[in-house]
Amino acid sequence: MIVEFGHFALILALAVAVAQSVLPIVGFFRRDPALMAVAPKASTMQLLLVVIAFSALTYAYLVSDFSLLNVVENSHSEKPLIFKISGVWGNHEGSMLLWALILAIFGAAVALFGGNLPQTLKANVLAVQGWISTAFLAFILTTSNPFLRLAEPPIEGRDLNPVLQDIGLAIHPPLLYLGYVGFSIAFAFAIAALIEGRIDAAWARWVRPWVLAAWIFLTAGIAMGSYWAYYELGWGGFWFWDPVENASLMPWLVGTALLHSAVVMEKREALKVWTVLLAILAFSLSLLGTFLVRSGVLTSVHAFATDPTRGVFILAILCLFIGGGLALFAVRAGTLRQGGLFAPISREGALVLNNVFLTVAAGVVLFGTLIPLIVSAFGGAISVGAPYFNTVFGPLFGATLLVVPLGPLLAWKRGDLLGALERLWAVFAVAALIALAVAWLNGVTHLLAAVGFGVAVWVLVGAFAELWTRARFREAGLAVGFRRLAGLPRSAFGTALAHAGLGLTLLGIVSTSAFQSEAILEMKPGDTATVGAYSVTFDGIRNGAGANYSELVATMTARKGGTVRFVVEPSRRLYTARQMPTTEAGIRTHGLSQFYVTLGGEGRDSGSVVVRMWDKPLVTLIWLGALVMMAGGALSLADRRLRVGAPTPARRAAPALTAD
Amino acid sequence: MTMAMTRKARRLILIGTVGAVLAAAVGLVLFALSGEITLYKTPTELAEQPMTEGRRLRIGGLVEVGSVARGNGGQVEFKVTDTVNAVPVTYTGLLPDLFKEGQGVVAEGKLDQAGLFHADTVLAKHDERYMPKEVVDALKAQGVWEEGQPGGPMPPAASN
Repeated sequence: MIVEFGHFALILALAVAVAQSVLPIVGFFRRDPALMAVAPKASTMQLLLVVIAFSALTYAYLVSDFSLLNVVENSHSEKPLIFKISGVWGNHEGSMLLWALILAIFGAAVALFGGNLPQTLKANVLAVQGWISTAFLAFILTTSNPFLRLAEPPIEGRDLNPVLQDIGLAIHPPLLYLGYVGFSIAFAFAIAALIEGRIDAAWARWVRPWVLAAWIFLTAGIAMGSYWAYYELGWGGFWFWDPVENASLMPWLVGTALLHSAVVMEKREALKVWTVLLAILAFSLSLLGTFLVRSGVLTSVHAFATDPTRGVFILAILCLFIGGGLALFAVRAGTLRQGGLFAPISREGALVLNNVFLTVAAGVVLFGTLIPLIVSAFGGAISVGAPYFNTVFGPLFGATLLVVPLGPLLAWKRGDLLGALERLWAVFAVAALIALAVAWLNGVTHLLAAVGFGVAVWVLVGAFAELWTRARFREAGLAVGFRRLAGLPRSAFGTALAHAGLGLTLLGIVSTSAFQSEAILEMKPGDTATVGAYSVTFDGIRNGAGANYSELVATMTARKGGTVRFVVEPSRRLYTARQMPTTEAGIRTHGLSQFYVTLGGEGRDSGSVVVRMWDKPLVTLIWLGALVMMAGGALSLADRRLRVGAPTPARRAAPALTAD
Repeated sequence: MTMAMTRKARRLILIGTVGAVLAAAVGLVLFALSGEITLYKTPTELAEQPMTEGRRLRIGGLVEVGSVARGNGGQVEFKVTDTVNAVPVTYTGLLPDLFKEGQGVVAEGKLDQAGLFHADTVLAKHDERYMPKEVVDALKAQGVWEEGQPGGPMPPAASN
């Protein structure tokens, strides 16, 4: 009964979405406020209905209602409670429903918090949101309905894929979707601006908080997914250039570019057309990501069960929104008034360079992700993996990183490159010293690592150069300096933190890639092996069991200089419902580094097992850096909120403050 | 110094920068395409044209039953077969959880002169519903694929 209620609510939500798509637009063209006022009401109603549908499905999972096909295929009565809940979106149908839920949340948020939006803009934005909702709700109801009943319900379910029974999965997809779907707001704003043929600095001020929020969630989602793959798949890697990972990286790159170009538009009324294009592209790439994951066109570890009709439907949605958006852009972009000019060497100029690099980097990732599809359409078969992406993406993104500390030190309109470089000489000296030290300690074989360390430190320390110059500790002394710092807008700290986070992540990547120690070997209880600075003893193996699995747990003791440092317990599990084995890595964090052990199968001699061990120096920085980036984004968001509705002219002090 | 710059000069600098970055990107892509792209081959294709040694390859098929032999230090040898031809593979590391004799597998690496495939990556099907698409296509081409076997599409069981 509750399930039918949810099913019905979902159908009603589709009907409401159709109304939301059509009426406000008609109202806009007829200048009819009553029709435009339908938009906010419809979007809150839609949220209510989708929440009911989602709750109904969650309820079915909680009570293990095996008359529902979706629950049978992905749940089991003995599954722990948390995975019964996360199992709701651990499958295709449920995850699409989550998509629709988050879309509805964002739509309702615009309706509720968009009080200061002009009525026409609000109506058009919500109408465009309505189009997207309509498309996805129709997709769910026609091809991926989670509410299908079974005529003869089985007694027990088939359980959720064990790899997905993890707290990481409970958090990762919702975060990622909050990011993907968040860009739909930027898309809706862009389309609305094109429909109205009017766009100004205020538009950028309205859009930026949404983009920033989406970017924070996407950053979190990508970092979470990366950490999940790292500890759950047992491969010891943090990024595999898997098509699905690329699918989340591309909107992140374009979203980052959008974040920066919106600043230029807000402060200087320039780059309007470009910003609108980026907003369309960011959401297009989010849709593409959804298509790649959901349609199963690419072989990926993430692919759920594939079904051609779904692929065709999502492809149609994709073509409609990307093609429609770009076509509208082509027709209407000319009507948008172009903004101010600026010198190449200026804050704007640096941000343009950032945009060029980021979009080109996104472009090469897109090319590498899609080329296997294109080749296979012509009958060939190739795969594009890490070597391609490292060769192409590495240098492009590396060049971007070199410019990161410079940008904030350049003034708006006309900057002083020599002055900025002069202010960065100390940072450069620190970075160069560290690079030299790394090269000296490790010899020429690690030259690339030395350069990597140098660049990471350059970005990390250079991130704070703007704050340092603006506080002017040296001239004014500590007390005045700190007072100046306290007076700076939060976005200045946000920028510094976000850039520093980027440096931290890079530091973790370089350190792990260049200096991890690894050992693969067969061990018997009592054997000792050396990994990096540790000698590791295999103490023995024991049997264990969890709620829905049985396991073999190995105990390993790591010693350094004779004293015991820590114990790791990697295991192999067998999930009984699916008879599926999984490897659970044993991970031990020491300082910022981690010791990582996975168990393989039996070795050649009886009683021995194959073991793979890594010591990964500074590996946690990869994800801690992402946390710092998010904190930076959140700080900027806090600053932004104070500014919304209180338009300030482009008078934010340039870093090279003249007299004080 | 930039004050005197005309509109045209500014535009030229912008176009020049974009052009330079794009050119660098295209150059990198072409360089990567010439060396870093992995071709997909079936064991039969390898047997017919063995001129691919030293080149990065991906081979797919089934793990031949009875071919898995473990060596020292986590080294494993097995054969990948498409039921017509088989390629011997050597790999050092932990095999995926679902690696099994008679099951689908994809190995990535290089072929040496003796015809032994040195794999640096081995992928097995991810769960019972998933099998590498290339393997399915190859097996279908060999006529040994049966719909509904593990890895095949799920039989429709839904009713409303």
